[in-house]
Amino acid sequence: MLSSRKCRFGALAIAVLLAGALIFTPGVFAESHQDAYKIGGIFSVTGPASFLGDPEKKSMELAIEEINAAGGVDGRMLEPVIYDTEGDPSKTVMAVGKLINKDRVTAIIGPSRTPTTLAVIPMVKRAKLPLVSCAAGNKIVDPVKPWVFKTAQSDIHAVASIYQHIKQNGIKKVGIITVSNAFGESGKEQLLAQAPDFGITVVSAQSFGTNDTDMTAQLTKIRQEKPGAIICWGTNPGPAVVAKNVKQLGIEIPLYQSHGVASPKFIDLAGKAAEGILLPTGKILVAGLLPDSDPQKPVLLDYINGYENKYNETVSGFGGYAYDAVHLLARAMEGANGDKAEIRKNLENLKNYVGISGGFNFSKTDHNGLDPSAFVMVRIKDGKWELME
Amino acid sequence: MDDRSHKIAYAVFALVVILLGWRVDNQYYLQLMIFIGLNTLLALSLNMLMGYAGQISLGHAAFYGIGAYVTAVLTTTYQVAPILALPAAVGSAMLIAWFVGIPTLRLSGYYLGMGTLGFGMIVHIVFREWSSVTGGASGFVGIPPLEIGPVVFASGKNYFFLVWAVVLLCLIMCRRIIDSRVGRALRSIHDGEKAAAAVGVDTKKLKLQVFVLSAGMAALAGFLYAHLVYFISPGTFSFVASIRIVTMVVIGGMASIWGALLGASLLTLLPEWLHAFSEFEMVVYGLILMSVMIFLPRGLTRGVLDVYERYRKNHDR
Amino acid sequence: MQEILQYLFSGLTNGAIYAVIALGFSMLYSSTELINFAHGEFVMLGALCMVTLAVNLGFPLIPAFFLSICAVAAAGLLFERLAIRPVRHPQPIVLIIITVGASIFLRGIGMLIWGKDAHSMPPFSQHPPLDVAGARLLIQSVWILVILAALTAALQMFYRRTLTGKAMTACAISKKAAWIVGIPTKWMVLLAFGLSTGMGAVAGAIIAPITMSSYDMGTMLGLKGFCAAMLGGLGSLWGAILGGFLLGILEALGVGFITSGLKDATAFVLLLLVLYVRPQGIIGPGEVKRF
Repeated sequence: MLSSRKCRFGALAIAVLLAGALIFTPGVFAESHQDAYKIGGIFSVTGPASFLGDPEKKSMELAIEEINAAGGVDGRMLEPVIYDTEGDPSKTVMAVGKLINKDRVTAIIGPSRTPTTLAVIPMVKRAKLPLVSCAAGNKIVDPVKPWVFKTAQSDIHAVASIYQHIKQNGIKKVGIITVSNAFGESGKEQLLAQAPDFGITVVSAQSFGTNDTDMTAQLTKIRQEKPGAIICWGTNPGPAVVAKNVKQLGIEIPLYQSHGVASPKFIDLAGKAAEGILLPTGKILVAGLLPDSDPQKPVLLDYINGYENKYNETVSGFGGYAYDAVHLLARAMEGANGDKAEIRKNLENLKNYVGISGGFNFSKTDHNGLDPSAFVMVRIKDGKWELME
Repeated sequence: MDDRSHKIAYAVFALVVILLGWRVDNQYYLQLMIFIGLNTLLALSLNMLMGYAGQISLGHAAFYGIGAYVTAVLTTTYQVAPILALPAAVGSAMLIAWFVGIPTLRLSGYYLGMGTLGFGMIVHIVFREWSSVTGGASGFVGIPPLEIGPVVFASGKNYFFLVWAVVLLCLIMCRRIIDSRVGRALRSIHDGEKAAAAVGVDTKKLKLQVFVLSAGMAALAGFLYAHLVYFISPGTFSFVASIRIVTMVVIGGMASIWGALLGASLLTLLPEWLHAFSEFEMVVYGLILMSVMIFLPRGLTRGVLDVYERYRKNHDR
Repeated sequence: MQEILQYLFSGLTNGAIYAVIALGFSMLYSSTELINFAHGEFVMLGALCMVTLAVNLGFPLIPAFFLSICAVAAAGLLFERLAIRPVRHPQPIVLIIITVGASIFLRGIGMLIWGKDAHSMPPFSQHPPLDVAGARLLIQSVWILVILAALTAALQMFYRRTLTGKAMTACAISKKAAWIVGIPTKWMVLLAFGLSTGMGAVAGAIIAPITMSSYDMGTMLGLKGFCAAMLGGLGSLWGAILGGFLLGILEALGVGFITSGLKDATAFVLLLLVLYVRPQGIIGPGEVKRF
């Protein structure tokens, strides 16, 4: 047997070295004092939710640039410290730990997803640090937690918009097909819970995997129950496959999608099968079609121009969550001099802020600040979005 | 074999742990080291199975998850005290391992690998779809902190000492097993199962016992993880997680207890170092995995020492 | 009646996909006794290459098809040469981890080249779906079945009629014996890898119009393809095809009559059943090393 004694010695030596490296790395004990306010950002920039995290990261940087160009907050600049969570709760926990203890940020923007947000709520509570999440899940702000806020529209409102439209068209029975991840599950929960409020019955509830290639079996099962409409809840690419399958099977009843596919990418993927699909979306997708009297229009157009000029790519609805979060935070930080409890209080009392995702009115019982008017129903026609009344 | 040098190693280890726990105040570094500790437990558990008994397991994260979910459900939904949930968590993993092990350990080589992979995937799907119990894909919130009598293990330092104390205990336990008759029998299975059976080793029983033991250790790590982050989701116990555990064992050195510590440390710290190359992380990770297996298939510790020995041999001519 | 037929069609479509992927696995195993965990990623490479060539660069279908296959097969050859051959002690555990590492590596490369988004591609021909007694079958599915049949025929001819094919079969039966009679076993292994990854590319190219191709599409497909190969009997050409279709149809029927949430579990439950009850698969031991 090879000298296992040397083996042990070697491994132990390496362990001691590692420990030493950790102890003597600067910053382990040191306090950091800067002039700029450090704002932490955690997004799923890579990984399956990168369509959320990537534009959110870019929007946060854009927003901070704008604020700094206008003089910063109380004359002090903002400095972003952004980490990638890859959509993984454990990595998110580590990243938040880093932001709180190593970088010593004043507040945190993000994460992009609901599970990752839920994972870090206990940490920000202990650290007494404001968190403004960009995730959609209701559970984040219901029940309300003093230090946690969110800027993304809730599934509650999205589902309400869809059901409202369905009720208006006299449809009583629907079939739902949802993706088996946190987003799909949350949607399914809301769809089932709110149906009776609109006099609607869900006759069939099917699910599919994030990378599944064919949903004809599930759709066939739904069709058997003879619903008046089908609602698909997921994020690209699954819903695009569902759209194609619906056309393939010759299903004529209307297909509704969720705001998870409110992006040009969906039309790209689904091609001709996207025709006629209805979905709720934040106003950003149809900014140009809004009446000039809409207070959100100038804010939206500004953001779209700024983003497209800086990054050379089209906006999606998701980046707006981070953009709003940064601006809201900056507003709350005015006059607070970096005091986290003060910032939290200011955020809670913020009213009448016109953002990308809607008009925000926070309160002690509402840490999302949005209402159903944050969504508009659109239909896809000729590969473009058509605003519905 | 070298009982005294073992004791010295343990003492040094304990000393380092105490020193770190006492001097490091930064929560982030404490958290990092706690994660290294948890990963060491996982690597150790798989090491016993893969390194010493020679059985490939590509679904080990399933036991990690079972430990975490059992304690989560018991302590949160049923308000059971964590100290009571611990034997339940470890016990249920061991029970499941026993049932699954009987048919699966009859296989060998690739087939065993695929069997364990299939098992791992099925457990992951159960975590994801059984939402009424596990919370489904959105995860399980609200796990209470660990309370043992009057002591609440919630702060960074407390948990740090707890986890590393558990690691030390498991290290010692594994070492004793390996140095005993059972351990020698295990290694004989690794080197040649048929030959071992020929000299009277009850290979079936031994393999099952190691499988069950390693499942229990992984579940212990799961228990500690759940009460550390208060939130678990199926994504943490996926196929990718199983592969990560295999990587730790392989890189650290497959039949080396301290190698498990090395592998776990490297693999926990690597993403932190690769942070600058976040886009390239998968590419680098895959490259490292391939290179280590091609050039140093016995893991880093043995591999480097192998090279050193060869160099010395050549230069002594 | 219409529903069952539709489930069947859905199962046939997925089944054909699994069958082509399983063919690649079985083919490699029968020639080299190796299981390539990274096979799914070669499928992904094939799909994304096809999308880039046919959609972004505007190549006509047939040249794009063959170019993708060649490119991916070349990658497969490189892979064998650089990652498999240098291994001094090829035990299963070592090779499993190398191929797993390769799959992570290739996925990372896929993400760098094609980004994190999904990409779609129009079907090979623009006919509306076929209507059979009320159940619909996509024309692309018919294409997949046709190409699968052509591939099977070509492989059969290769192994039975050509000298190289017979040499490969000889290697599969016994490497030492083949080496003794003068067959260059190293070249045979290389060729086997090239052929297997090429087949993976074919699978990717023909399913690209149906699925949304992205850098992470390969993992699940590879795993399921492997389950299909095991189901039919690892190393058997007909077994791979049988296993693929069986898996596809059972999945579809499971969705239809049980629940859609457990669809993914179907493949792995079947895998465990096969491993426990009949590890040689359906086709059995006699056929394991030959086509």
